Amino acid sequence: MSAVARAADTPLSPAAASRRRLQWIGLAVVLVAACALPFLVSNYRTFQFTLVLVYAIALLGLNILTGYNGQISLGHGAFYAIGAYVAAILMDRFGVPYWATVPVAGALCLAVGFLFGLPALRLEGHYLALATFALGVTMPQLLKHKTLEQWTGGVQGIVIVKPDAPFGLKLSPDQWLYLFTLAITVVMFVIGWNLIRGRVGRALVAIRDQPIAASAMGIDTARYKSLAFGVSAMYTGVAGSLGAIAIQFVAPDSFAIGLSIALLTGIVIGGLASIPGAIFGAFFIQFIPNVADQISKAAPWAIYGIFLIGFMFLMPMGINGAIRLGWARFRHRKSAQREGG
Amino acid sequence: MSVKHLLAGASAAVALALAAVPAAAQKKYDPGASDTEIRIGQTMPYSGPASAYGTIGKAEAAYFKMINEQGGINGRKINFISLDDGYSPPKTVEMVRRLVEQDEVLLVFQTLGTPSNTAIHKYMQTKKVPQLFVATGATKWNDPAANPWTMGWQPNYQTETTIYAKHILQTKPNAKIAVLYQNDDYGKDYLKGLKDGLGAKANMIVAEVSYEVSEPTIDSQVVQLQGSGADVFVNITTPKFAAQAIRKAFDIGWKPVQYLNNVSVGVGSVLTPAGLDKSVGLISTAYLKDPTDTQWANDASMQKFTEFMKKYYPDGSLIDSTNVYGYTVAQTLVQVLRQCGDNLTRENVMKQAASLKDFAPDTMLPGIKINTGPKDFAPIESVQLARFDGKSWVRFGNVISADAQ
Repeated sequence: MSAVARAADTPLSPAAASRRRLQWIGLAVVLVAACALPFLVSNYRTFQFTLVLVYAIALLGLNILTGYNGQISLGHGAFYAIGAYVAAILMDRFGVPYWATVPVAGALCLAVGFLFGLPALRLEGHYLALATFALGVTMPQLLKHKTLEQWTGGVQGIVIVKPDAPFGLKLSPDQWLYLFTLAITVVMFVIGWNLIRGRVGRALVAIRDQPIAASAMGIDTARYKSLAFGVSAMYTGVAGSLGAIAIQFVAPDSFAIGLSIALLTGIVIGGLASIPGAIFGAFFIQFIPNVADQISKAAPWAIYGIFLIGFMFLMPMGINGAIRLGWARFRHRKSAQREGG
Repeated sequence: MSVKHLLAGASAAVALALAAVPAAAQKKYDPGASDTEIRIGQTMPYSGPASAYGTIGKAEAAYFKMINEQGGINGRKINFISLDDGYSPPKTVEMVRRLVEQDEVLLVFQTLGTPSNTAIHKYMQTKKVPQLFVATGATKWNDPAANPWTMGWQPNYQTETTIYAKHILQTKPNAKIAVLYQNDDYGKDYLKGLKDGLGAKANMIVAEVSYEVSEPTIDSQVVQLQGSGADVFVNITTPKFAAQAIRKAFDIGWKPVQYLNNVSVGVGSVLTPAGLDKSVGLISTAYLKDPTDTQWANDASMQKFTEFMKKYYPDGSLIDSTNVYGYTVAQTLVQVLRQCGDNLTRENVMKQAASLKDFAPDTMLPGIKINTGPKDFAPIESVQLARFDGKSWVRFGNVISADAQ
């Protein structure tokens, strides 16, 4: 009876409902594990996982733009740098508390991203990729410029003081910073999830797949595209500020073009147009270069390249795609067994 | 990848005998040291924009491998963990934290790059782990009062211009000096050294003009300096601008005694574009033996270097002076660790690093010695002047030191 009543309430079939329930349980398990993590591993590992969270936020931002909306950006490192410098300058020059710098970094990047998105509307595909590439290449040099030097510290960069745990909590600074970053990550992912599964998300995907049909259906293509740019930059800026607080140092050399490329690599490896993909991609860009360095000092990037090719060959839809495919096969086999038995 | 442990050789006894250890000294260890091992950490740009410097880390690893084969240091093997940071400061922070907190190294050695070392500077002081012989020329590493856990190695920018100042005072006490410098930390470091070296006679500088890296040419600055009537020209410029300044000064008929900073002494990269004939008479500095210089062909210590390269680092270039650099710094660290004896605490490592007395590595120019003290964290402070003869740099005069008055 109750099953029938629920089926009448929601359009979900019983199979889909059980899958949804499983997903919620899985999510809860992951969250609990994430909260417990800093108490199980060393401070150094905790610091590394903080960086994974930071990259995950940035990758989610880039995924909104590139994965869902189909606009390729080779310059997101620039927004990451802006976020990082906003945090560093506010903390170092104005004595602003670290937690207050994160929303400021996000807001500024939202504005800058939106404004950059306006002229970028005229560019598509490879041309947009080149324009954003220019942005990524310019940013480190801009940060060194003498008119900005009194704020940015020029080539020397800015050293930031590491925040301690508040309210007398008995946590190491690394543990506290991890939990702080985790909380922001959860908030950002919930916002991203809400944005993407609703009307906005459908519009973004429609523009990516069928731009003409989308505008024929009354979607304001230009507005959505520059909005996607702004939101994407905001995510990356928030990540940049958190990254700066965790690393305790910013310098132009921290935000070379390699960072932008790494972010793009992360979303492709993790899985384009998927939310969990951002987390998988973050693990990849945080840990695979270290593994490559362990294997060969002579050519770490060649090893990294082999990893890349291997991942793309074995999981052409990214890690998230591979997991979904594996799960679907597993269920298919199970149901086939059930029918057979 | 860490340097592999190798079987102990018979020479362990010799190494022990060489060490200046009081017989009754008690063994004291900090993390990273034991009866059998000394763990040393490093970050190097094996990838990324500065990967040309990666060969320094490889030469150092090869040197420690040789030391281990010869029996190690006071019977202990060096376990050298050198990690790639891609010349990216965030990666340096991550890797150094790994070295200190996970691998538990006794000390961090020769981390390369001014920004990378700045990124970990405060961390090393907080953790009280030696950040020894950093591979950068900035002057700020020599500040034992504020940063007692960090020490540079190579002659820093200020030392170099202090030496030019001394040479000017000796040879042309009534000189009128013109200075051209790049308007950033590097240029200002050099300028400060010059003024410190001149001391009370800093008013000998009749003109100082700066330029921005973004400027296309510096012709007008050179003309302006000529107009000051100066007869000594201190040229503090990076390679592209150095070439322009040398040529312009020659072309407008300005013939001062010209000092060129060590940053731009490349014959191929600077003097050839400037014009070799226009570069005759330039004065600069040197402190290491140049592997391409024929005068060292029969030099016993350079032959030692060549044999080392062939046996332990056969992939490395024999004409690359950065390998000489790596060999020389590694030798300095081995000396520090020998002096530590059985007291391998981080505090003693810094104490011994600050007690090097007249140490002369194989590959250093004759007469140049490493001296440090509790208030002197600048190991190499003497260099030899060299004059360009139209083909190569010819060293002249005695070794000049910035610290000895």
